[in-house]
Amino acid sequence: MNTEVNLCGIKMKNPVTVASGTFGYGREYSEFIDLNKLGAIITKGTSLKLRPGNPAPRICEVPGGMLNSIGLQNPGVEYFAEFDLPWLRKFDTKIIVNACGSTIEEYVDLCRILNKLDIDGVELNLSCPNVKAGCLAFGTTYQGVKEVTSQVRKVLTDKPLIVKLTPNVTDITEPAKGAEDAGADGVSGINTLLGMKIDIDKRRPVLANNTGGFSGPGVKSVGVRMVYQMSKAVKIPILGMGGITCGEDAIEYMLAGATAVSIGSGNFADPEVSIKTIDGIEKYMKKHNIEDISSIIGTVQMN
Amino acid sequence: MGVKVKCELLKKEMLVDGIYKFSVKAPEIAKNAKPGQFLEIKVSETGEPFLRRPISIFNIDGETIEFIFQVKGRGTELLSKIEEGKQIDIIGPLGFGTYKVQEYKNVAIIGGGIGIYPLYELTKELKGKANLNVYLGFRDKSLVTCEKDFEAIGLNKLVVTTDDGSYKEKGFAIDFMKKDIEEHMVDMIFACGPLPMLKAVRAYAIENNIPCQISLEERMGCGIGACLGCAVKVISGKEPRYGHVCKEGPVFNAKDVEI
Repeated sequence: MNTEVNLCGIKMKNPVTVASGTFGYGREYSEFIDLNKLGAIITKGTSLKLRPGNPAPRICEVPGGMLNSIGLQNPGVEYFAEFDLPWLRKFDTKIIVNACGSTIEEYVDLCRILNKLDIDGVELNLSCPNVKAGCLAFGTTYQGVKEVTSQVRKVLTDKPLIVKLTPNVTDITEPAKGAEDAGADGVSGINTLLGMKIDIDKRRPVLANNTGGFSGPGVKSVGVRMVYQMSKAVKIPILGMGGITCGEDAIEYMLAGATAVSIGSGNFADPEVSIKTIDGIEKYMKKHNIEDISSIIGTVQMN
Repeated sequence: MGVKVKCELLKKEMLVDGIYKFSVKAPEIAKNAKPGQFLEIKVSETGEPFLRRPISIFNIDGETIEFIFQVKGRGTELLSKIEEGKQIDIIGPLGFGTYKVQEYKNVAIIGGGIGIYPLYELTKELKGKANLNVYLGFRDKSLVTCEKDFEAIGLNKLVVTTDDGSYKEKGFAIDFMKKDIEEHMVDMIFACGPLPMLKAVRAYAIENNIPCQISLEERMGCGIGACLGCAVKVISGKEPRYGHVCKEGPVFNAKDVEI
């Protein structure tokens, strides 16, 4: 039985990774699971310089999952390179850095640094709904994504480049095509859906930032649909995510066209969810006599 | 760092309407737990509600952990319905910022409402190490809990207040604490409770230059320091920054955080 997948040149021992922002830099979850078992780890969104993040409350629960507005709090790439990367490298898993910025120059300067680090790939975050400048501003149109991606591509010459896309658009295949046309090696999605929860006693939004990204089991069907649409629109591999909490969910994404999958806020509810998902995928393979997990990618038959 | 374990619910008790005390068998958690730490408790097997519930540890007794919670929403409602003998999925003990148990001379321990619970294990562990003055404030008589538990520890003083005077002293616990401190200085204040109370205690402690440890609450995602959801402004360094209640806390030096 072969669970290995090749995500745009990143050879993963299985299709399961963890979504940026839900797993820190791995240290906390290493107390609960064996990181060596993961196909890859995607780091917390990392920027050129330290980002303080948004005020609290940053999180609230909603039916089907949760809203978050962390605001990409992170210590910056230099700190990551010095303190987190050497530690992460001790594990037998692929390391993909989620890269975020506020301007094209910031993305480019960051990726110039990332290009030289001992990492296996970069996930370019063009889709965080919680920071006002950058990210989302570039991420919603064909032209915007193409522009940032092509500038980044010029400096990110030695690493696979995956562009993470937002679902907060009319047609996700447009930005996906922008990434592909600019030379991205893969696309990932979905990022969170922009939501809002109101405290009816205070008549104010619960989150300090008013709105936040919706994630959790409630977004899964949206994610599966969008991964399917992207798989029909672009030829580059897709890293699928949104609401995955078990092997069956991961299989759905792969049938829809994802080469690999990320587990996000599911980690919060169960720190062992990623390992259980890997086990669930293997169980599915046995049940259906699947020799090679890659053989199921994009094989959904539409009605 | 905590462990994730299935714990048998040994005993369940409704203390007053809507407030439950659970005793669970959790040797792996009990052996490492410190006063002020909390648990992340799974309340549903169906994934709805989605997140675990952070609940503070009330008492550590051998292999048993006790926690007390108030039913406030869907999650705590489901938790309250779990039957004795059933297993509960718990991660704990969590939080690196704990109440500092050491030798003190004279301390004030002040709690409000459901915030009194993490103070019980602390008070127990401070027994013999300090002169203990405990102030417990409640909104009204219907919400008064655990008075006997605190009393049984053997305190120098226990003051129980209700906002409306429906039980024991009328008024806010902090005012009784202040009056006592004016007569007899303390070398540490330990506090946990609703935000307005914590703000007042913090302001008083800073103004009078009294060391003070407060336990904070914030909406949490993971509870282990990965999601960075439970931000609190830390002002102890050169520049203010966001720390996290689940990891650096939940107990902080009052002067180190802005609340």
